[in-house]
Amino acid sequence: MSKIDIGRRILSENEKYALDNGRLLSEGGKLCLNMISSPGSGKTTILVRTITELKEKIGIGVIEGDIQTDIDAERIRATEAPVVQINTEGGCHLNAAQVAGALKGLPMDKLDLIMIENVGNLVCPSAFELGENGKVVVLSVAEGDDKPAKYPAIFAKSKVLLINKIDLLTKGAAEDFDIERVKTDARRLNKEIRIFQISAKTGEGMSGWYDWLTEFVRNRQSQRA
Amino acid sequence: MHETMVAQNLLAAISREAAKHNAKPVAARISCGTLYAVNDELLRFAFEAIARDTPCEGVRLEIEHKRVQGRCRSCNETFDVELSDPRCRACAAEDFELLPDPPLVLEQIELRTE
Ligand SMILES: Nc1nc2c(ncn2[C@@H]2O[C@H](COP(=O)(O)OP(=O)(O)O)[C@@H](O)[C@H]2O)c(=O)[nH]1
Ligand SMILES: [Mg+2]
Ligand SMILES: [Zn+2]
Ligand SMILES: [Zn+2]
Repeated sequence: MSKIDIGRRILSENEKYALDNGRLLSEGGKLCLNMISSPGSGKTTILVRTITELKEKIGIGVIEGDIQTDIDAERIRATEAPVVQINTEGGCHLNAAQVAGALKGLPMDKLDLIMIENVGNLVCPSAFELGENGKVVVLSVAEGDDKPAKYPAIFAKSKVLLINKIDLLTKGAAEDFDIERVKTDARRLNKEIRIFQISAKTGEGMSGWYDWLTEFVRNRQSQRA
Repeated sequence: MHETMVAQNLLAAISREAAKHNAKPVAARISCGTLYAVNDELLRFAFEAIARDTPCEGVRLEIEHKRVQGRCRSCNETFDVELSDPRCRACAAEDFELLPDPPLVLEQIELRTE
């Protein structure tokens, strides 16, 4: 037997694609965000509302990751925003090579912002960089307030936390969801995380998220390489 | 699960190194950050499945999880972050910068030499 030290990064292939994607986005001064949550937290609903309300000001394109169907891509298409669908065929996350292909399918010269809806899963997508400029984690009040404590990785790595479906709180549903606990737990691991409490259904709280998004888009444009 | 993707990349890396030495691999040690969410059992299972009928069949995997590190903003100490109680090990301050998760690395392989 002989032991040989290697020290080789195993996911270097993904890292290489992520770097290329990042470079392409920087050259064009585009903002790209990677949305991550459990299935059903409201990612598609948030995207549809955001596009509808910001499309006069910002050119938004979408990359839709889904295990099997193109239902979400259809919902985005109804807003007239350009969308590219990636079917992962069972895969629990998007990888950077898939995103590289999808970016080629978007009309980049018309876009300021590319939103990626990752596969519904709070764990796996957080481990794979896509070349994005930031992650947005979505947690709905229907899921319980213990999620940042149970799945710290994604909360530690995200720029923004959207606490969605706050309309349910006032209706008495999800009444034991403690928003303060979620905020405290998320901030213990991530002092810089921006937190917005929203309802993608009623539109409540969305304006803070829009302002943040618009400012970040402008920043990227002014830093254009 | 993404363990399949990790297993595929791992298999490719081990095969390449073993081929360089013209020898059969018998074991491999890898390391990864805790935030990578690699489940040992799923990774071994996925690796076994794709290694069947390849030179990597039967390779034993040793998986080391590395704690994510933080750098204290008060005393500048770098320390292992306890996710359930994130604070500086030296001065107990809660204000720290979370450092990037250690990457997945193929640390070492063991080859059978005739
Ligand atoms: N009450 C309420 N329901 C919402 C809200 N946002 C999304 N939903 C509903 O939650 C379900 C899942 O939403 P969807 O956007 O498909 O979640 P995704 O799987 O994260 O993309 C749908 O039935 C939405 O209508 C919200 O703010 N309030
Ligand atoms: Mg969706
Ligand atoms: Zn997975
Ligand atoms: Zn300290």
